[in-house]
Amino acid sequence: MSARRFWVFIEQELGKAHPVSWELLGVARGLADQVMEEAQVAGDEVLIEGVLLGHEVEHLAQEALEYGADNVYLLDDPAFEHYRNCPYYKSIAQVAQKYAPEVFLIGATTLGRDLAGAVATALKTGLTADCTELEMGEVKGAKQRLLLATRPAFGGNIMATILCRTHRPQMSSVRPRVFPLPERNPNAEGKIIRETAALEEADTLACILEFIHAKGESVDIDYADVIVAGGRGLGSPDGFKLLQQLADELGGVVGASRPLVDGGWISYAHQVGQSGKTVRPKLYIAAGISGALQHKVGMQNSDFIIAINTDPDAPIFEVADVGIVGDLFEVIPAMIEKVKAYKKEAAA
Amino acid sequence: MFHALVAIKQVPDTTNIRIDPETGNLVREGVPAIMNPYDAHALAEAVAWKRKLGGKVTVVSMGPPSFNQTIREAIELGADRGILISDRKFAGADTLATSYVLAEVIRQVHEEEPLHLIFFGKQAIDGDTAQVGPGVAVRLDLPIVTYATKIREVDLAGQKVVVERKTERWTEVVETPLPALLTCEKEIAPIPFAPLPDLINSLRYDPEMFTMEGPVAFETGEVGVRGSPTIVYKMGTPSLPEPGEKLNAREIGVAAAVETALGKAEAAGILKAVLGGAV
Repeated sequence: MSARRFWVFIEQELGKAHPVSWELLGVARGLADQVMEEAQVAGDEVLIEGVLLGHEVEHLAQEALEYGADNVYLLDDPAFEHYRNCPYYKSIAQVAQKYAPEVFLIGATTLGRDLAGAVATALKTGLTADCTELEMGEVKGAKQRLLLATRPAFGGNIMATILCRTHRPQMSSVRPRVFPLPERNPNAEGKIIRETAALEEADTLACILEFIHAKGESVDIDYADVIVAGGRGLGSPDGFKLLQQLADELGGVVGASRPLVDGGWISYAHQVGQSGKTVRPKLYIAAGISGALQHKVGMQNSDFIIAINTDPDAPIFEVADVGIVGDLFEVIPAMIEKVKAYKKEAAA
Repeated sequence: MFHALVAIKQVPDTTNIRIDPETGNLVREGVPAIMNPYDAHALAEAVAWKRKLGGKVTVVSMGPPSFNQTIREAIELGADRGILISDRKFAGADTLATSYVLAEVIRQVHEEEPLHLIFFGKQAIDGDTAQVGPGVAVRLDLPIVTYATKIREVDLAGQKVVVERKTERWTEVVETPLPALLTCEKEIAPIPFAPLPDLINSLRYDPEMFTMEGPVAFETGEVGVRGSPTIVYKMGTPSLPEPGEKLNAREIGVAAAVETALGKAEAAGILKAVLGGAV
């Protein structure tokens, strides 16, 4: 009997886990279910396992168990207090060589992207970036199901499915919010397995001298519940003031399509789409956005989408739950009033 | 003498890529080829430090002979030496095979004239993987700083560099020994206008060509399709959900359109979820 291990990197900073880690544990559970039948026939065990590095982060290992991990490998050491590429990738590669996981998923955050390419190269295996669909599928000539990793290519115009036939682990990075957060089970049982890695002095020479926090407002659009996003139809950077008013009424944030960010109307942190952030808010209002494919792939998983555009044939309407063909400078003010009225009514 | 290497890639200007509405195929004709914008900014920073410290900038690119155009562009922007790595045997390389070839060439350049800094763009706009830079760093066992936005200090005597890098949470100031590899954001440096002598040089410049025949001895099993663990299994068009109702504000009026749209959001439980206790 052998074990088929589905690994997830548990990303943390300052003792707090990035939610993409839990989203990926949910994905790993789905993948594991897809191989369960063939594993039972072969007498193999199927395990979902987290890999966690940090300093004094055992509470996060426990949290990973609650989000669905059967085991968590914990590397707890002062050297891992702040993320650094070299000690992290070398340690993870060592643990991966010991346990030989079949699949390894890493969040496509700045930290995760820095790490994933290094781990894949150290393990001499294949890595598919920014996957939006993952499946364990039957492939001709393969004895076991393989990871079919699908990602947008050419600005979202094409979906390419990538296969890593013989090298292990089959690695993928996945952006935050592409997959939903799984249910948390506070009674979950599982094992926390402490591991150590052999590092040389040269591996820890890079040092972080200072952390500089951004001045002014910071936006976190990937986990916002409401996004009011603007496109070229805004006409000028001033148009964002109107969107901000609606966003404020709804307790949301302002987003933007790529041309506006490229044109310097608003910062990159606001960009939605394949080259910006992937989002899945409860409510997404697209104002004056035509709906280029690369934008749609970044927001089509939102719970409810309202699109406003003067062009009745704008592609954004293809993904909208409700479309309004009209001038956003008339529609948005009417929405602001309507939302205010709703809130007043509810308070009364 | 300061020596920097910049890895550059020629990419289709993806902002111009579109789909033929009749056939559903990608329209590649007439799509201009450009230097990957992140690489161009990385190159500008390398050249700025060369001008400050005195030294040399070498650029390396891997691709078909048409990439020579991009190498000449790099010479125009102030690079001194350009190498094109080109061989049919390299075709079909994924990021692992690409990092192998680049790492072997960089190793050779370093043996000829020791390198202090190796620059990459943070990612290429055609693939957006951001995997090759970290891959090369691992293969050469170099320290890496990704998402670099500023080089504060290059200390050749003390053999260290101080770099700012931007993450989602904050900016980190990182000190790391030389040689080091950086992957750069656009903020790293503005792209300057080329001085006339560099412009003239670039027109005459003939990039060096590295192939499987030499001067670097590549392992055949590590390059191209054979060196690539991943393959494209299939391609398809993205699936999109069923579109919802479209309301024409000009016909029914803005107020009615907004009322209906928000009414649907309310019926779906969205407004309550969003406004919480307020509704």
